Amino acid sequence: MNTKYQTIESLHKELIARSFTAVELLNSYLENVDARESELNCFVSQTREQALEAATKVDSMIESGREISLVGGIPAALKDNFNWIGTKTTASSKILDNYVSPYNATVTQRLLDANAVFVGKTNMDAFAHGSSTETSDYGVTANPYNTQRVSGGSSGGSAAAVAANMSVYAIGSETAGSVRGPAAWCGLYGFAPTYGRNSRYGVVAMGSSLDRPGVLANCVEDCALVTDIIAGKDSHDATTIPVEKVEYRKALSADHTGLKIGIPKQFLDERIDPQVSARVREMLAEYEKLGATLVDIDLLDPKYAVAVYTIVCRSEVSSNLARIDGIRYGHVSEKKAESVLDQIAYNRGEGFGNEAKQRSMTGAYALSAGYYDAYYKKAQKVRTLIIQDFANAFKQVDVIIGPTMPTVAPEQGVTKNNPLFGELADMLTESSALAGLPCISVPVGVNNENLPIGMQIFGPQFAEQLVLDTAYIYQTRIAK
Amino acid sequence: MKYEIVIGLEIHIQAKTKSKMFCRCDAKYFNAAPNSHVCPVCLGLPGALPVPNKKAIEQCIRLSLALGCNINMFSKFDRKNYFYPDLPKAYQISQYDLPFGYEGNVNIDLSGSREKQIRITRVHMEEDTGKSIHSETKTLLDFNKSGVPLVEVVTEPDFSDVKEVLSFAKRLKQIVKYIGVSDADMEKGQMRFELNMSLRKTGETSLPKYKVEVKNIGSISVLEKVITYEYNRQQEILEKGEIPVQETRGLRDLSGVTYSQRVKEEANDYRYFPEPDIPPIIYTEKEIQELRQTLGELPSEKKARYINDYGVDAALAETLTATKAKAEWFEKAIEGVEDKEVIVAVGKWFVGEVVALMKASKSKLSQLKIQPKQLVALVQLLKSSKISAPSAKQVVVAMFESGIDPETYIRENGLEMVNDESAIQAVVEKVVASNPKVVADMQKNPNAYKFLIGQAMKELQGKANPQQVDKLILARLTSGSN
Ligand SMILES: [Zn+2]
Repeated sequence: MNTKYQTIESLHKELIARSFTAVELLNSYLENVDARESELNCFVSQTREQALEAATKVDSMIESGREISLVGGIPAALKDNFNWIGTKTTASSKILDNYVSPYNATVTQRLLDANAVFVGKTNMDAFAHGSSTETSDYGVTANPYNTQRVSGGSSGGSAAAVAANMSVYAIGSETAGSVRGPAAWCGLYGFAPTYGRNSRYGVVAMGSSLDRPGVLANCVEDCALVTDIIAGKDSHDATTIPVEKVEYRKALSADHTGLKIGIPKQFLDERIDPQVSARVREMLAEYEKLGATLVDIDLLDPKYAVAVYTIVCRSEVSSNLARIDGIRYGHVSEKKAESVLDQIAYNRGEGFGNEAKQRSMTGAYALSAGYYDAYYKKAQKVRTLIIQDFANAFKQVDVIIGPTMPTVAPEQGVTKNNPLFGELADMLTESSALAGLPCISVPVGVNNENLPIGMQIFGPQFAEQLVLDTAYIYQTRIAK
Repeated sequence: MKYEIVIGLEIHIQAKTKSKMFCRCDAKYFNAAPNSHVCPVCLGLPGALPVPNKKAIEQCIRLSLALGCNINMFSKFDRKNYFYPDLPKAYQISQYDLPFGYEGNVNIDLSGSREKQIRITRVHMEEDTGKSIHSETKTLLDFNKSGVPLVEVVTEPDFSDVKEVLSFAKRLKQIVKYIGVSDADMEKGQMRFELNMSLRKTGETSLPKYKVEVKNIGSISVLEKVITYEYNRQQEILEKGEIPVQETRGLRDLSGVTYSQRVKEEANDYRYFPEPDIPPIIYTEKEIQELRQTLGELPSEKKARYINDYGVDAALAETLTATKAKAEWFEKAIEGVEDKEVIVAVGKWFVGEVVALMKASKSKLSQLKIQPKQLVALVQLLKSSKISAPSAKQVVVAMFESGIDPETYIRENGLEMVNDESAIQAVVEKVVASNPKVVADMQKNPNAYKFLIGQAMKELQGKANPQQVDKLILARLTSGSN
């Protein structure tokens, strides 16, 4: 069976038509896992048993003529920070090495309810701290296009799994560019809707005010279709948008006349790899040919977003990671402790990797008495300015387009001696993340070294449909 | 006294809700098996998120309103970060700079019917922690209490003696129970006190330079003991010309003796910041107005009404309004009664006899056999002289024991008052005739005849009006023998 670039819907139709069974489909994807997993390291844990069980169930449903959801029986991958009952949820950190989740994340639950077939839990930067998966305690995930390169992060395992056809789509999560970035570097579509559209319940928290689950896939339709299943108000997450159901896939349209596209000059300046910016400009010219109007816009410099993002996110990280103390779960030190607080310190000191420690400490510092006003409070003020900056921009334009990442996937080892690599690599995705804007990275070809280039499209809050449609124009009328 | 006490209080009250503050676990954990009321949220599992309990927030706002507070229409939750094994998230969700209620006040009664106003600084909402159970070799953790809603009331340092503190504590407990925010059952830990106390020279007005905090005081009687203990301890230090250390002190038992727990210098920096998992809480004036209407009549308002509308005196009004149940029983009784004299009498009989019987038999108001309207009937029989006061006491005991109607009991036991003057006169003649010595003593002691009233009442089996007997005997003696 050829598994190359099949869309979810086409596979679904073939399952219904009984061209092959869900178990056969699963096995063909598992063959790809067998073939490349040792070289790529996409998964923290494989869940073949659960996958087989789910696929078998779908087959019996089809046999008995029952209707199945579009994702029913379609092989998928789940980032390791999503809780799934009975599986290890490590968030790629050894401190949770033995942690088996007793509950499901809402996203996991909604997909399981739709008979999703998960082949495994994907590797990531530990606790999503990074843009390379190099901070994972389970090794780096290599880029399927060039195994000397990183796959991006933090959802690097998810991106590589889809790019290597180990799964049809994958669930990722993004705090700044953790879906868009790896999608860009692995030649995929990576979609994150407005903050609050997808429930965060059961996703190991990084920066609570920024985190949002997203989808990595081979096409816009798949991103829309999976979002239709996972999105919507969740009574377990007080920050979800109070809309029960969305239907982006059905409404997808590549027929937008008079689309106004904003091009922020700060996203295409000398800080961006010339091949990347040149490619994005070419694509913008294609939109123009199709009748879109290109508008040069002036946004706050990304350097402000980097600073604000670093402070806000690390502050939240310092608080969110504090619960992992080895008391109820997590690594327990064998060292003899004098006091219970010492015991907690030993557990955490041994269990956390350097990146988590460094982010926790800088975050705690920013929240400390005497520094709070200078850092956290000020950062929140600038965050408000960034949100206003976008609101002003969207008075002039419908969507904004720019490169997703300033470069293509770098060589492995890039994060060594570069403690801010994650935040700097994500410089073009942080401002939109701080504003919670819906965004998608689309694959716009490769550079002269055959490394994928990503172009991101984002729109105002709640404008998921327009963002997806703009990507759909690219997919169906520009990329063809 | 050379030193004057300066005290501020913080009171934690467990709000009465079905589920916990941020999850759906059953909030009634008392006597439940350890860790049987837990879920990913209150255990602080990775990825779990808090969803605020609207009912608990409303309870906090209702108490704020009952304590005369202003309400922050735009409020939010904050994280208070610190490590402790029974704090599963390593932060407590609380409120930092925008509490639901702020700047209120409560009047407390002092001796001699004086009142004092205690200022309320703030009323905010937070979640309870789990419970550590220490044994010699290990510590066990029970998270049933984790995430139970707490309303925290903070006062200004307005208390200057122990009586004021106790009066406030009782008043607050009364209000909390009245409006149904909590059962305030201290034995179940539903109301806990934290004391901030220092001493200053009598006459000084500025706040002392130090403050001693005593946490986790579980009852009003221990609170009293702690204040006494701390007064002596701090006074001794001040006498030596030293200043007591600014610190947190704890209790080992119920004796009131405190010990140093943590010196302030090493206090935690809680790194408060807005809870990003919960959007700001916004209320409208209309919603607050609706909540205000659910408060009903507060104890102080009820008391004032009893005094003004019924002519009940302050002490009786205080007793009648002590609990909502008592006040409701009383109000059910006097419903439709116009005669203020009867209303006051019903109040007195209720408090003096019924409640006393209830206490003696350790029964509850809700189990009473005597019905409110029956007590009114008894009072009316008394007022219309159908029965004497001594008989009425006998009747009320019977009513309390069996719920019998007063008329029925009086009839069955022949307790109707003797209103026939000739019958009384006959008894008077008989008593006078058989006590010539007493009659003779009247020359020396005009009050000697009082003995005869007792004799006559005995003869009449207490079923006559003593005043009437008095009048007839006096008339008989002063008119000479005829
Ligand atoms: Zn719970």
